[in-house]
Amino acid sequence: MASLRSASRLTTPARSLFRPAVRTYATISESGAPTAPTRNLVPPEETKTVKEPAPSKDAKIKTFHIYRWNPDEPASKPRMQTYTLDLNKTGPMVLDALIRIKNEVDPTLTFRRSCREGICGSCAMNIDGINTLACLCRIPTDTAKESRVYPLPHTYVVKDLVPDLTHFYKQYKSIKPYLQRDTKPEDGRENRQSRDDRKKLDGLYECILCACCSTSCPSYWWNSEQYLGPAMLLQSYRWLADSRDERKAERKEALENSMSLYRCHTILNCSRTCPKGLNPAKAIAEIKKSMAIGSSM
Amino acid sequence: MSVNMFSQRALQTSMRRLALARPTTTTMRMISPAAIATGQIRPATSGPHANTVSVSSDEAYKLLAEQRVHRPVSPHLGIYQPQVTWYLSALNRITGSILSGSFYLFGFAYLVAPAFGWHLESASIAAAFASWPIVVKLLVKGTMAFPLAFHSLNGLRHLTWDMGAVLTNRQVQVTGWAIVVLSSISGLYLMFS
Repeated sequence: MASLRSASRLTTPARSLFRPAVRTYATISESGAPTAPTRNLVPPEETKTVKEPAPSKDAKIKTFHIYRWNPDEPASKPRMQTYTLDLNKTGPMVLDALIRIKNEVDPTLTFRRSCREGICGSCAMNIDGINTLACLCRIPTDTAKESRVYPLPHTYVVKDLVPDLTHFYKQYKSIKPYLQRDTKPEDGRENRQSRDDRKKLDGLYECILCACCSTSCPSYWWNSEQYLGPAMLLQSYRWLADSRDERKAERKEALENSMSLYRCHTILNCSRTCPKGLNPAKAIAEIKKSMAIGSSM
Repeated sequence: MSVNMFSQRALQTSMRRLALARPTTTTMRMISPAAIATGQIRPATSGPHANTVSVSSDEAYKLLAEQRVHRPVSPHLGIYQPQVTWYLSALNRITGSILSGSFYLFGFAYLVAPAFGWHLESASIAAAFASWPIVVKLLVKGTMAFPLAFHSLNGLRHLTWDMGAVLTNRQVQVTGWAIVVLSSISGLYLMFS
């Protein structure tokens, strides 16, 4: 019954909309005399001016300095732009602040985001000096400190906070991130592995390729053309550690040069910054160890 | 009831579409909501239209290449948070360079010393060192002692890492600060002993 009532409420203005006799827009009558308004209007004496909402007294105003660069003005230099937000009206995460700035303050601010829960890795950026996912990074509630947001360090900037990750993905392709087997499973169904072998992949398969670790690595900053970087080496190890993969010798052979793997100088920024709590440094150490000792992993 | 719900929803969607589609022509006003709800007639969308230009893949690539030329490199060293991880790594390299650099320098000087008549024998160096004022003595010893202490102790840490051990975040931080404290103490000891 309630639904019927609301439906009828909707139909009422609709009818008047389709009736050609009723003017829906303000028009000037040809006779010159003003036509009487069809509705009962409130005379001006009885109306009140609506005031703009005053800023609340207990507002927590936080300042954000955000890296800006616009490809449409290629001659201009990158700059820092300052935005202030009331934290009481903003969600808890840095991504909430960025989205709010884009929606309410400056629609030209550009950044990548998708899942807002640390699964897609799109919103990876440098926040207060540390690479992390904006969606997993709480806004520091200390309003005296100003937050600084940069794109991932030492990457080519497409626009504002959007880095060019083309090379990063090419490197991912180069490590052949898929199962390589020459033999069919014995029962012709699945490639099975023991529980212990499966456990070896824990802490490796969770990587979402957000590029936080690689772009935190000074070695990757200087040698990103040839050095694979922590993210790719963690992925390499993910396939080297997989009991079902049968091309381990070839995978290791591909790393056996001075640049691909051995530009890792165990700086360990990668593990420190990983927003998913993984340990690329450990994976790289395991690769190095197995290549030095020659164990079959 | 479910039929009611359905008809209501259909009505709502058609109303919404109509509201979006500012009916400017009389024909638009005549269209029944049902026609729009079922998608038979699409109301003309209002607002500015995006003008797209279709380019060939070659041209698109050229545009991309042009844009890539201008792309700035995002800030790195200057903005990354100082952390015990990369600061100690940098220090490890600097101290290593100081130690190996002075070793090679002295070795080369010792090699060419007879040709220039320099006296770089242990005895003459010790005698010269003894004649220096105490401040200079401490300075020279310090510039060797601290790098030696730090590089040796941090080297142990690097060897442990190469074994694949002590690599959790917590362990790295604790051992890092331990090395800072230990190398400061042993550097001071070597300086004043």
